[in-house]
Amino acid sequence: MTDILIPILTMGLLGLLLSIGLSIAYRKLKVEEDPKVEKIYELLPQINCGACGYSGCRPFAEAVAKGEAEPNGCTVGGDEVAQEIADIMGTEAGKTVKKVARIHCRGTKEAALDKGVYLGVTTCQAAHILGGNKQCPYGCLGYGDCVDSCPFDAMAMGEDGLPIVFEEKCTACGECVKACPRDIIDLQPITQNVMVFCRSHTGTAARKVCKNACFACGICVKACPEAITLENNLAVIKDYKKIAPEKIPAIEKCPTNAIGRIKKEENHEG
Amino acid sequence: MDILTIFVAAILVNNYVLYYFLGICPFLGVSKKLDSALSMGMAVTFVMTLTAVASWMINHWILIPFGLDYLQIVSFILVIASLVQLVEMFIRKMSPPLYQALGIYLPLITTNCAIMGLALLASLKGYGFIETVVFGIGSGLGFTLAIVLMAGIREQLDLADVPKPLKGAGIALIVAGIMALAFSGFSGMIK
Repeated sequence: MTDILIPILTMGLLGLLLSIGLSIAYRKLKVEEDPKVEKIYELLPQINCGACGYSGCRPFAEAVAKGEAEPNGCTVGGDEVAQEIADIMGTEAGKTVKKVARIHCRGTKEAALDKGVYLGVTTCQAAHILGGNKQCPYGCLGYGDCVDSCPFDAMAMGEDGLPIVFEEKCTACGECVKACPRDIIDLQPITQNVMVFCRSHTGTAARKVCKNACFACGICVKACPEAITLENNLAVIKDYKKIAPEKIPAIEKCPTNAIGRIKKEENHEG
Repeated sequence: MDILTIFVAAILVNNYVLYYFLGICPFLGVSKKLDSALSMGMAVTFVMTLTAVASWMINHWILIPFGLDYLQIVSFILVIASLVQLVEMFIRKMSPPLYQALGIYLPLITTNCAIMGLALLASLKGYGFIETVVFGIGSGLGFTLAIVLMAGIREQLDLADVPKPLKGAGIALIVAGIMALAFSGFSGMIK
């Protein structure tokens, strides 16, 4: 009997002593963590994309809990998450205007001329280093680095050789902006429906290599001088809000379609 | 064997990582940055020292008098787990960044074979109390030395032009192998 009892008692006592010790230590060393941090963190998408400006979702949650960041800082989560975070913090959410990726190039396979046949590694990054497969040094290369970089499946390569953004899926995380070696993608408010579809600064030379290039003719500037200017041989929309809806048809007189409204097939709205 | 011999032997000759190949997982896992490697080394040293003390006391005051030697492993596990729990709470309280940096490797000290190995080896070699304590400190410092050396080399390696297939884990294991080779120069110095 004692053969069994002694080991049971010793181990039991040992366990008891250690657990008492640990529970005392726990009382003394308890970390008071703001419970809001955990709650906010759970609401966030937790993909650590960094679009909020913090290194990940956790630091952002901590910053919000401390009041250093606004509840609507997470563009990926959008209005819904901002509202829930604001509820936790007991403040107003503020309105977040959803942003989406927009592609500033209309150099389709038909429109933009090829330099030659490119047989290298089929990424834009590689093609860009070799100078690109298109004659236009600014245009989309069409190998879909942006599509591959998208963590939300919000992009696809269209049949015309240009990427398509599915706006309902796009969260404006900015991965495609980073992935594009030609810098033709940026994030714009979803409400902005007029944009310049070209990044070429070569002026009239651009027209020779691409049917849809801006060659700085200035028709759009004449149509709406308060919002559009020419900068370095390229039309630039300085203030989208100043474009009156009735002026859009005049702007769209662009001879090369390099400025105008976004068409459905380019950006799918949800 | 005198105290000094035990101490030096534990650090250099019978280094836990590079001679016994115990405790490899934190050695490879937390050796990317010098300061977190040093903290890991300190945490392991602390746990090792306390384990040496506690396991000696349990072994000599409880297990041997009651003839319960066969409970050695389970009681040592209990002690080590409790100590690691304590260290974890302490680090979480004192230094949250360190807590984040050590990550999963901190609770994994619990099942760090170097620590269990220390408790079992000390009892196997029949060390007295002072010898066991010195053995524990020495072993911890030996682990710290290995992981800090490794971290120093790996920080340099980040800038080196490593062939692509060997990047990361591959080159880390090669470096560990070369370090073990270098440390094998000490072997045989102390019987």
